[in-house]
Order: sequence, then structure tokens, then C-alpha cells
Amino acid sequence: MASYKPVAIQTYPVLGEKVTQDTLYWNNYKTPVQIKEFGAVSKVDFSPQPPYNYAVTASSRIHIYGRFSQEPIKTFSRFKDTAYCATFRHDVQLLVAGSEDGRVQLLDIHERAPLRQFEGSYDHTVKIKNVFCVKHGQAVESVLLFPSGGLLVSSGGRYVKVWDMLKGGQLLVSLKNHHKTVTCLCLSSSGQRLLSGSLDRKVKVYSTASYKVVHSFDYTASILSLALAHEDETIVVGMTNGILSVKHRKSEAKKDSLPRRRRPAYRTFIKGKNYMKQRDDILINRPTKKHLEWYDKDLKNFRISKALDRVLEPNCVIKTPEVTVSIIKELNRRGVLANALAGRDEKEITRVLNFLIRNLSQPRFAPVLINAAEIIIDIYLPVIGQSPVVDKKFIVLQGLIEKEIDYQRELLETLGMMDMLFASMTRNESTCVLEHTPVDFLESKKIES
Amino acid sequence: MVEGEESVRVVHCGGSALNFRRAAFSADSRYLFCVSGDFIKVYSTATEECVHILQGHRNLVTGIHLNPNNHLQLYSCSFDGTIKLWDYLDGILIKTFIVGHKLHTLFTFAHAEDSVYVITNKEEPDVFQLVSVKLPKSSSQEVQAKEVSFVLDYINQSPKCIAFGSEGEYVAAVRDFYLSVYFFKKKTTSKFTLPSTKTKKRSKNTFTCVACHPKEDCIASGHMDGKIRLWRNFDDERKYTYTCLHWHHDMVMDLAFSVTGTSLLSGGRECVLVEWRDATEKNKEFLPRLGSTIEHISVSPAGDLFCTSHSDNKIMVIHRNLETSAVIQGLVKDRSISTGLMVDPRTKALVLNGKPGHLQFYSLQSDKQLYNLDIIQQEYINDTGLIQIELAKAAFNCSGKWLATVEQRKERESELELQMKLWNYNKKTQGFVLNTKIAMPHDDHITALCFCNAEKAENPTLVTASKDGRFKVWILTDDSDIYRKAVGWTCDFVGSYHKFQATNCCFSEDGSLLAVSFEETVTVWDSETWELRCTFCQRAGKIKHLCFGKLTCSKYLLGTTEQGILCCWNLLSCSLEWSAKFMVSVLEPDPTSEHIAAVSQSPVGADLFVFKPSEPRPLYIQKSICREEVQWGVFVPRDVPESFTSEAHQWLNRSQFYFLTKSQSLLTFSTKSPEEKLTPTSKQLLAEESLPITPFYFILGKHRQQQKEHLNETLKEERVQLPLTENIPAINELLHTPAHVLPSASFLCSLFVDSLLLSHGTHSTEGIPDDVDMEEEINSDDSDEEKDLAEETQHAAITDLGEDIIHQLSKSEERELRKLRKVDYSWIADL
Repeated sequence: MASYKPVAIQTYPVLGEKVTQDTLYWNNYKTPVQIKEFGAVSKVDFSPQPPYNYAVTASSRIHIYGRFSQEPIKTFSRFKDTAYCATFRHDVQLLVAGSEDGRVQLLDIHERAPLRQFEGSYDHTVKIKNVFCVKHGQAVESVLLFPSGGLLVSSGGRYVKVWDMLKGGQLLVSLKNHHKTVTCLCLSSSGQRLLSGSLDRKVKVYSTASYKVVHSFDYTASILSLALAHEDETIVVGMTNGILSVKHRKSEAKKDSLPRRRRPAYRTFIKGKNYMKQRDDILINRPTKKHLEWYDKDLKNFRISKALDRVLEPNCVIKTPEVTVSIIKELNRRGVLANALAGRDEKEITRVLNFLIRNLSQPRFAPVLINAAEIIIDIYLPVIGQSPVVDKKFIVLQGLIEKEIDYQRELLETLGMMDMLFASMTRNESTCVLEHTPVDFLESKKIES
Repeated sequence: MVEGEESVRVVHCGGSALNFRRAAFSADSRYLFCVSGDFIKVYSTATEECVHILQGHRNLVTGIHLNPNNHLQLYSCSFDGTIKLWDYLDGILIKTFIVGHKLHTLFTFAHAEDSVYVITNKEEPDVFQLVSVKLPKSSSQEVQAKEVSFVLDYINQSPKCIAFGSEGEYVAAVRDFYLSVYFFKKKTTSKFTLPSTKTKKRSKNTFTCVACHPKEDCIASGHMDGKIRLWRNFDDERKYTYTCLHWHHDMVMDLAFSVTGTSLLSGGRECVLVEWRDATEKNKEFLPRLGSTIEHISVSPAGDLFCTSHSDNKIMVIHRNLETSAVIQGLVKDRSISTGLMVDPRTKALVLNGKPGHLQFYSLQSDKQLYNLDIIQQEYINDTGLIQIELAKAAFNCSGKWLATVEQRKERESELELQMKLWNYNKKTQGFVLNTKIAMPHDDHITALCFCNAEKAENPTLVTASKDGRFKVWILTDDSDIYRKAVGWTCDFVGSYHKFQATNCCFSEDGSLLAVSFEETVTVWDSETWELRCTFCQRAGKIKHLCFGKLTCSKYLLGTTEQGILCCWNLLSCSLEWSAKFMVSVLEPDPTSEHIAAVSQSPVGADLFVFKPSEPRPLYIQKSICREEVQWGVFVPRDVPESFTSEAHQWLNRSQFYFLTKSQSLLTFSTKSPEEKLTPTSKQLLAEESLPITPFYFILGKHRQQQKEHLNETLKEERVQLPLTENIPAINELLHTPAHVLPSASFLCSLFVDSLLLSHGTHSTEGIPDDVDMEEEINSDDSDEEKDLAEETQHAAITDLGEDIIHQLSKSEERELRKLRKVDYSWIADL
């Protein structure tokens, strides 16, 4: 004796972005706070120590913001020209910044005036150890060293390139995921993800294991700078239009403050389970109950109208229309769809019609729902005109179908035109006509793992 | 088989219907008998194994019944006009009674000692009568039984429409709208008619089956509309009454009363066994989802088991409390075979459509279903006029790692529902796991699908051909991302040829070429680039079959057309090599050799031709292999190759050709009869019981059983005497001596094993002195051990005995010590 087989709910491939751990992680930020700066934000740098303030370099000023404040805590504005690259020292006591006039200023966090200035050429003050040279090919915008020190990431042009320093600067991988120049690079706190910002207004997140894009953010303007706070708590992005976008991570779902209801003790669950079978005992196994959905329980007992009612409840209709459609399909397979749809009052039939109006034009549901609509019209034709509410729904449905027919006609016209173009292209190649795959065919393909 | 000259003949190879008639239980419910073609099969109800096949009838067996006077014997009747009496425990035919007419069914009774009742038909083919046949007492093996007396006329031929009442006082028969009851004592017949035309649902009142209460005067009848009527007071044609029980919504297929008559069992198309307690509507118990229509119900004489025969060739043994205890499944023959015959490369099992929505794996060697693979995975609703999803096509790839299935459902107006599923064989779970589901792979019916069978092919490739004029190539692609590893199937190429319907597709042996037939034209494609290489067109109707030659003949492509032309094209010269005119219904290449079998259909029967594509001359011809149409055929590779030397029989060396006819009987070619093939395995099962017997069973199971026997002495006579544990002294000793006085286990072990070796001789109850002697005989061989034993026992009993003394014990002293050992020392335990 086989057990009841639940109705197979037709699952459809989710259109658009796939939901993965990464999308969940990187989408778990609040709506961005926008701060207007005086000019294009060329650099954002987080202090490595609490309270994780960050320095923002824009035109000739450096602002230091607290993590959650929208007003700067401190401002350094004594630059004669555009400032660049304000960066914290690891102990967050000193800040160093360059400027257009060729000077490097050393600033104390607590003082307004610069502590010291280095002038003149780089050669005197900064030693560049030229161990090896890698050729990126385009103007290098940003470089980043992995914490391990073994890998170097450079960005320039549309490329992000990863170099293996231990192998003497061998190119490990070249990533071309942006449409415009990649301006800034950043590592996530775990070191597992690499972020790159670009003039094409996108931030992309790569896995450092496979160098595949796992997520991407969209911004309103071209991105010049990008920084992540400790534990990826905050993403700060500076853009060409002088807007600083600050996104904070949503706080972890609050543990319900109410004292949790006391659950039964552990021994309640194992009660009787650890009893060893004695010699003369006969063990009777209780069959394990399989969990069934409500509609399955109804269908199992052949309560067809009730099963249909259950899946026409607003909650199910809005959230999971495919369940409703699958049940209608199942009822049709059992040959009882007409019975289930018949004998409904005004309120109930309105509910069915609302569902049809909402979903009839969707190509994936259409074959099933058109059949259901025909049955409804057959059943309720004699009583039409008795309820203004239902009549109105029928008129809406009619309008919908007319619109759909027009739309389909247009589509077919386009298809015909394309066919002609394809035919003229392949005519002289061979006798066979290669068919193009229709778009909806690809949609209907479902891969299950 | 060295004698190649022995003629090859067509033989049935199992898989015959088990559900033709009601199954019968033996008196102790240990065995179940069912008719199976020309044989009667004896199954063990506990293990589901077939213990005996009773062979002897030369036509379909139509009825079986236990001999009421000797419950170890079984009567059977057959279309060959004989009644045979069998000893089912040994599988021996005891007697044959020749009646002469075609016998349709058989009943026996305790009170009618020397006669049985059978249904025969008179001259007209549709008029049947119940007659009693007097079985003459004679010592000879074959007896003519001509003493026939007429009982009832104008009855239904089915045994379900006849029932004998309590103590054989009356017999009830139903046909159409009549229930007729014949009283043996009064020799009168009462007839009860149900209204047939007055009611709106005409003809729904038709009787379908009848059963009689074993104790009371009550007749239950089943009807077309699902009602069960219980008739009482039927000895008076006016005062009779009936009550109605209605649960079934469709025809009641069979009825049976339990032995005591307290409950009535009914079954039908709903696949639910209903138990009506006390013949009331309220007290019902159900056993639902039995898989397919219940055809017959029978009850064991002991009353502890029921069994139901189902339309999918299955017998279910059901316990009294409505729990299935065993399932005996034959080759499912319920539905049309649309997938054809396939061979699972892994198990070498025959694969074809099984239960609705399932694929069955059937072992040809053991004539047993291995398992069912649920393809459609939906609740099966059995109702008239319901269009089910059907499993239309299936294919394995050469390693058996991938299975592709196509299911379809076409309703009258609405669109075609089509789904293709690809299953991956999981080594861990030893089963097929769904990998990819493709909804609507084509716009119309899929006509053929095949895997690329090249060994080297690193990437599995599947081709589907459809009526929508396209063929599609599906390949396995890597679908893994950074989170998981996965593979899935995607469409790689879509091809068509002038919008003709694609009818067949086939890969060459090395997988380099794909042949697809589009109605009258065969197109050959390069499987690397998917370019059209060449076309063949014969203008002789649509192509029905298409296959490439194998091994040395791989340059040939064969095709048959609807107008009855077999063509062989040479792929190197791209020209027609030869053609022959005959109507081919099955064209099947042997995967292990160059041979190709073709079955041609003629009004007289089907003929088999075996040939090689390289020469237009058949190697072997067998005329009229069967009268019906042959639908499918397949070559099954042999486990052990045969060695036929003659050229005509060489094609049978590596593989065997099986074919399926329209009436779904599975046939094959062999020099041996199937009986010879099947017996070696079933012979082994004939140990006393068909219960699993292990050494543990001998020691523990039997021991426990004997304890029960002490309580229940009456059962003892029937049981087969096996070496009893109580008779074995060593075990006796082991079980009754307190544990702390026993020697170490390592020592006891050899003694124990020795005792088991001797156990066969110890049937008689041997006295204790004999025991001692015997032990001495053993012990004299290895005296060291004996000394050890003595030492141990001494140690336990008399602690102050010095060790040096023990080593020089004389024979007499030893004997004395032995006596000491026999003394009960259990009192020590109490100290």
C-alpha cells in the first residue's frame, strides 16, 4: 500500500537575480544615508580601530565622520589645493593626505593645523622599492594588497587584475566585469570577497576563491571611492557628484524580547523511545506521519471544493500563485474541476475571478487558467446579470483577454519579420533552416538539482 | 549446449498473468496457489517466494480448489478438458481426470466427496452451464470421468458469478439482472430479477459477482453501480428481502465473506479494499491505495489472511487487521506498452511500462519484478474516462547512468502536456534520482529519443525527435556555481528538415553520426558540428524504423518504410546497397554482434528473419513465430555465452531475442524449455519450509518454538521433526549449567561446534549413559582438552585438589570425576 503522494507544485525558475548567501548578505543593509560634499569624493578611509570613524577626502577638504553621524566630527580645510588620499595610521592618531601641489601633510587627529609637511619630490621622502614591475596595460587607478601579502590587485581601465607576487608578478586572473574604468578596490573584512567600484555606477563583489561576481550594487552616479567598515558593518561610497552614500548593516533580527514560552522538557520527547525491547515484547512500529499541506489533506479525502477554497485565500493567491495553479491543474487531471468550481456564491466566485484576472495573462499559467475560465463561463452563464459585482469582473476579464490578443498579434508580426530576416541570412548556407529558440521556451526550462 | 542441431523454438518466458482467477490458500495459510498460464504457482505467504510450479496442463488453467477431504492436495481444471489432482508440498501430479469439455472453473465440497462442480459450455459458444462431475475411484494415473450431471443452465462463465451456500445446501448464480438460487435438496431453482429498464440509470443494476455467507442463509451480490445487496429469506420467491450497502462508486469487482462470516470484503476499481463489519453500512474499514483495480478477493481457510488479485498482475497478501504482509508481483500487463522493451545495462533487467506512471524492472532470469521506478510521481486516481498522464518514451544510455523519460497527457480540446525527465543513477542510494525536468521540450508528441552510445563520449548526449518537425540535441552541462556542484541538461542544437515531422532518430555505434528520419527522408548529421551530411530518400512511405549496423557492418544504415521496403544504405558511397520488400513490424539490432532481427507481419502470423546488413541474405528464418502481431522486440545479452556452431544459430550465442505480442505475452527463442531454466533456483527453496533457515534459526528459533510447543502439544504432529536442541548433550549442558561453573567460552566453542556436527544422527531420545560413552569417544581423541575440562570442573568443585594429581589421573578416576560432574552443584550458587 503506497502512501498518499502530495500534489507536485510546478516550480518555475525565479527570474532575475538568484538568491544566494551572498545576495542575502550584501542586501542586508539599510537604505543609504546621503551626505553632500563639496566636490567629487576621491577617497574614503575607515579607521581600523573603534569607534570606526572615517575620513572623507573631497576637493580641498578632509572630513572625519563618526560611523552614525551625518555631520563631520572634524574638518581639515587648510589645503591650498585639492586634497587626495587621506588615510589613517593604524593607531588612529595620525592622518596623512596628499595634495595637488605636491605636498604630503601629516595631520594629528586632534589638532587643526598640520603636524608636518613634506615637500618636494617623492624621491626624498618615500622609498619605493622597485622589486618587480607588472604591466597592467591601462592607467592604473587603484592597487590593493591582500593581507597575506601574496596577491596584488590592480585596477585600471575596465579591468581588474590579480597578480601573484610570490611568483614574481605573474598574472593570476584578469576580470572584466565593468563597462567603464574601475576606480577603486576594497576587500571585505573576512578577506573572502573583493569589491570594486567603477565609473559605470556599479560596485561588484567577487569571490576571492573563484573570482566570480557574486553580487553587485547600483549607485546613482559614477563611483570614485569605496570603503568598508570593520565586519562589513558600513559601506561608504563616494561619487563624482559629491554625494557620499553611507549604508549601515541592518541590526540582527531582534531576539524576541518576550520571555519565550517554556517548551516541553527534553525527556518529554524521548519518553518511551529509549525503552529496550524485552524478550516477550512485540514491537509495533507506529507509521511515521508525513507532513501534508492543508490542500493535500483535503485532496486526500476528496474534498475538492475545500481544497480549492484553501488555495484561493488571499495569502496563497498573492504569495504563491503557482500553488493555486497547480491545484487547479490537479483538479483538472482528476476530472473534477467543474465540480469544484460550481455552486459558489457571489463572494466566492469573485475571488476566483480576481485570481484569473491577476494571472490569466501570464504565459506560464495561461494554459491551465484559460481552461478554468472556460469552465467558469460555462457554469455561470445562466446566472449572469444577477450580481453587478460579478458582471463587472467578467467585463474586466473580457477586456484583459482582448488586450492580450492584440498583444499576441503584434508579437507574431514581429516574429514573422524576424523569421524573414533569419531566412534570408541562412538561405545560401545550407538547405536546412536553423530555428531560433523562442524566448518562452528558455523560460519554461527548469533545472532541478 | 554443444548440440547446435537442436531446433530452436519459441517459448513463453514467464510473466504470465497471476490474476486470471482467484488465488487459493492452503489450509494452514502457509502457501498461496494461483493460476499462471498453463501452470499453477505455489508461493510461500511469508517470503513471497515461488516454491513450486505445478506443470502438466496443456492449456490455460482455469480453476483451482483445495481437496476438501485432504488439505494437502489441490484440484485444478483447465481448458484442455482435464481435472488434475496435485500434491502441492512435493509438486507431484497425483491423478488426471479426463472430462473432455473445455472447463471454465471448478468448485469442490466436503459433503460431495467424490464429485466436483465445473462450468462448461454447451455447443453454442455463449451458453454456459454448471455441472457436477463424479470422479471415479481408481488407482490408475489417468481416469476418464464421464459421469456428468447437470445442475444449472444459462449462467455466467466467470467463477465470481457462482457461489455455494453454507454446507452446500444451495448454489447461487448471477447473470445480467438475475440471481438464481438452486437448492440441492429440493432440486428447485428460485429466480430473483432486479428492475433493469425502469430506472433512469439503466443497466447499472447488472450483477457482477456473488458470495454466500458461510454460516447463515445470506447471499451478497455486487453490482455495476457499486452497490452491494444482501439477500435473505430467498427460499421463498415472494418473501425475500434485501438490504443495500453502498460505498463503491464504480462496479464491485469481487466479494468475499470472512471465514466466520462476521465481515464482508469488497473491492473494485477504486483500489480500496473495504471491510464491512456485521454487514452494516456504519462499520466499515478501508485499506486504500492498493495500486490498481482489485480483481479478486480470497480468504484463507484459517481466517488469518486475505489476498487480493489486482489488474496489474499482482497478488497482495493482507493480514486480518488490514495490513499488507506480502506482495507477489508478476510482469505488469495492465496498460499498453508504449516505451517498448529496453534492457537496463546495469541489472540486465527488462524495462518497460509498469504500473500507471511507473517503469518496471523485470528480471528475466528469476521471472520476478525487481522494482518499480515512479516516474510521474502523482497520486493515481482510477476512474472511467479519466485521461491519465502516460509514460510515453524512455531510454537508457549505454552505461545505465542516465535514464530519460517522456510523459504526456493529451486532453480533447486543451493543449498537450509534455514533460521530459532525466534521471541520474546514484550509486550511494542504488537508485535513479531526478536530475532535470524539462516542461514542453517540444510543441508536439515526441516520436523517438535516443542517447549517444559511444563509449568514449565524455559528454552524454540525448536526441529527441518530435512531430513538430524538429529534433533537439540535449547535452549535459555543468551547472555548478561557487555554492554547489551540479549538472543539468540543456538544449544544444535544434534541427529540422523542410518542416517534415521527425519520426525516428538513431546514433551510429561510434557516435559520430546521427540519423534522423523526416517522414520519407533520412538525414544524416555530423554529431561534432551538427551539419547535415547527406540525405537518403526512397519514396516508399514514411520511415518506420531506423538503425545503424554494428561492428564490421557499421558503414550501413538500415531503414524500413510503411510500404514494406527494407533498405540498406552504404554510408561510404552514400548509395542504396540493397533493398528487400517485406512488411517489417520490428527491426532490432543486436548490441553485441552484427546481427539484426526483423519480424515481418503477414495475415497468417509473424515471421522472424535474422540477417547481417552486409549481405541481403537472411542467416536464419523462423516462420510463424506467433499468430498475433509482434509489437516490440529486444536483444538481451546473455550472462554466459552459448556456443552454437551452426551458422543459422550463431546469432543466439551472445544474446537472446525476446519479443512482446499484442496480447502482451513475452516470448523468446530457446532450445530449452523455460521450465528447465527456472527450476534450479526454485529447487533450492524446497527445504522443509520456505522460511529462512540459518544456523541461528536451528539453535534459537527452534528452541523457542519448542517452548511454545510444550504449551501447545496439538500442533506437534504436523511439524517436521528437526534435530532438537534438547537432544544434543553439549547444548543441554551449556544451557542448564550455571554460568560461573562453566569452563571458558573459547574451550566450549569447539565442543559446541562438534555437537552441531553430530546433531543429524541424534534423532532418537538417547539416554544419559549413551551420552557419556559418546563423549568419551570424542574425548579420547584429544585427551588434553578433556583434562582441561576436568581441571576446570575440579577447580570449581573441589578447590583443595592439587594440580599435579590431575595430570596423572587413571581411566577409572576419570570416570569417577565425570560422575562428580554430573552431580548438581547448583547449590553452590545459593551459598
